[in-house]
Amino acid sequence: MTPAIEVSGLGKRYGGVQALDGVDLEVAQGEFFALLGPNGAGKTTLISILAGLARPDRGEARVMGHHVVRDYRAARRALGVVPQELVFDPFFTVRETLRIQSGYFGLTHNDAWIDEILDHLDLTAKANANMRTLSGGMKRRVLVAQALVHRPPVIILDEPTAGVDVELRQGLWAFIRRLNQAGHTIVLTTHYLEEAETLCSRVAMLKSGRVVALDTTANLLAGLSGVHLKVRLEPDRLPEALRARALPVSGGLQVIALERAALVADALAALRAEGIQVLDVQLEQPDLEEAFLRLVGREERAA
Amino acid sequence: MSGFLTLLRKELLRFWKVAFQTVAAPILTAALYLLVFSHVLEAHVQVYPGVSYTAFLVPGLAMMSLLQNAFANTSSSLIQSKITGNIVFVLLTPLSHAELYWAYICAAVVRGVMVGAGVFAVTLITGPVPLPHPLWAAAFAVLGGGILGALGLIAGIWADKFDQLAAFQNFVIVPLTFLSGVFYSVHSLPPFWQAASHLNPFFYMIDGFRYGFFGVSDIAPLTGLCIVGATFGGLSFVSLRLLRSGWKLRS
Ligand SMILES: Nc1ncnc2c1ncn2[C@@H]1O[C@H](COP(=O)(O)OP(=O)(O)OP(=O)(O)O)[C@@H](O)[C@H]1O
Ligand SMILES: [Mg+2]
Repeated sequence: MTPAIEVSGLGKRYGGVQALDGVDLEVAQGEFFALLGPNGAGKTTLISILAGLARPDRGEARVMGHHVVRDYRAARRALGVVPQELVFDPFFTVRETLRIQSGYFGLTHNDAWIDEILDHLDLTAKANANMRTLSGGMKRRVLVAQALVHRPPVIILDEPTAGVDVELRQGLWAFIRRLNQAGHTIVLTTHYLEEAETLCSRVAMLKSGRVVALDTTANLLAGLSGVHLKVRLEPDRLPEALRARALPVSGGLQVIALERAALVADALAALRAEGIQVLDVQLEQPDLEEAFLRLVGREERAA
Repeated sequence: MSGFLTLLRKELLRFWKVAFQTVAAPILTAALYLLVFSHVLEAHVQVYPGVSYTAFLVPGLAMMSLLQNAFANTSSSLIQSKITGNIVFVLLTPLSHAELYWAYICAAVVRGVMVGAGVFAVTLITGPVPLPHPLWAAAFAVLGGGILGALGLIAGIWADKFDQLAAFQNFVIVPLTFLSGVFYSVHSLPPFWQAASHLNPFFYMIDGFRYGFFGVSDIAPLTGLCIVGATFGGLSFVSLRLLRSGWKLRS
């Protein structure tokens, strides 16, 4: 099957900044894919090239098999992009905005789908409000709606939940999940890593324009074997034997890094042997944030 | 096709929603010019035999307003959507370069012609104005609107800030329109300036447009039409090349 997104050897330089430095990536149809990375990693640049907003210096990119430069019309028809910047046209209402966007894609009778999108994004009450009068979170939801008017098989969301309140974030994700179940390929960037962890089956991490990790979410997490044992102690000091494993204190709790969960019993025994009382115990599984910090940190040390 | 029609409709709505500023205001400005100049100069100047100065002034003013507003339409639309960032909504779509170009140009011509027709309608109050060759007038009006629409498109894409656009308007468009023979016939100029005027494409637009009204012109209307048509063709070619290259629009 044609990959939804296919990127090879992509390079892009802005003045002195190498925004993308040889990116290879393939996203299969139907995937829920996360593109992660620190500020300035090149996520938006990559999305801009896929959308035809920026031109690559080298390399190629395809959306649903359509070359984004040579076959730009077919590529753009296959793609819906929610831009990171909060942009809007102050001349129009929400409904006018969506009708115009539909028209650009050649859809003149799209009101049934527009109503459905408005409903899912909780915008029905604002359908006839001028864009100027919407709050920031509402404007962002209109951006999501605009990306969906032409039912694109591939949907890319560049930080869609920035500035959206918790309840709506849930609603938005439920809607995006349904689109994914209906067969749409979803790519998202986010700085809320738990979002990526719960939603996405595969993750690419970008750093300084290069892919530093590309794997399933499950594999990335499995690669971080070990647990964090968090304990509140009385007296609040770690015995000599555990000091080598100590991580920075977090929320008044001592944090001890253990390679395996089985070592928890040993650690607690070591505390008891020193006569230290354990007032509170928490075990933490490593999460994507941990993977992210390790990968980004490792790169930094290597550089 | 419907992508083109949608963009055209959007561009029309954009000025029509604020028609008071974009259509009514320039008509009023032109009416004031007419009032003042015709009142002051009526008794002193006669450009064409048997044509009063006021009658001479009407088509020139109508055309000048048409041209300036066609320029304003594309240039302001583009710079606004570039600065607010909502140009991405157009750039993300499968609209072809040609669809994009012609939608902007047609909207510019429509606004220009509306303002020009409005000026003409207002001047009818001062008395009947003859229009023996309406098709000639229409041809020059549409091509002139197209030329200024294309110039506005290029300027709007080029400019990063409003003041750059204002500079382009004040130092290029306004001088060229004023020196094109709106207020006089270039035959009344010294030979050097007469020759210089023939390098000004605006001169051919206004001269040809005026032919529609008086059946008299400085240049044979067909020659004028060819020059104006070629200018528009050249500008369209350049504009389409710029759009294809993504210059200043796609980084
Ligand atoms: N139009 C541009 N002109 C100049 N430099 C740019 C431009 N766009 C991006 N850059 C630079 O390219 C690099 C990558 O930027 P990009 O926006 O792709 O990062 P990002 O991963 O999306 O970051 P964030 O998480 O902050 O959105 C940055 O150093 C940025 O300053
Ligand atoms: Mg970004």
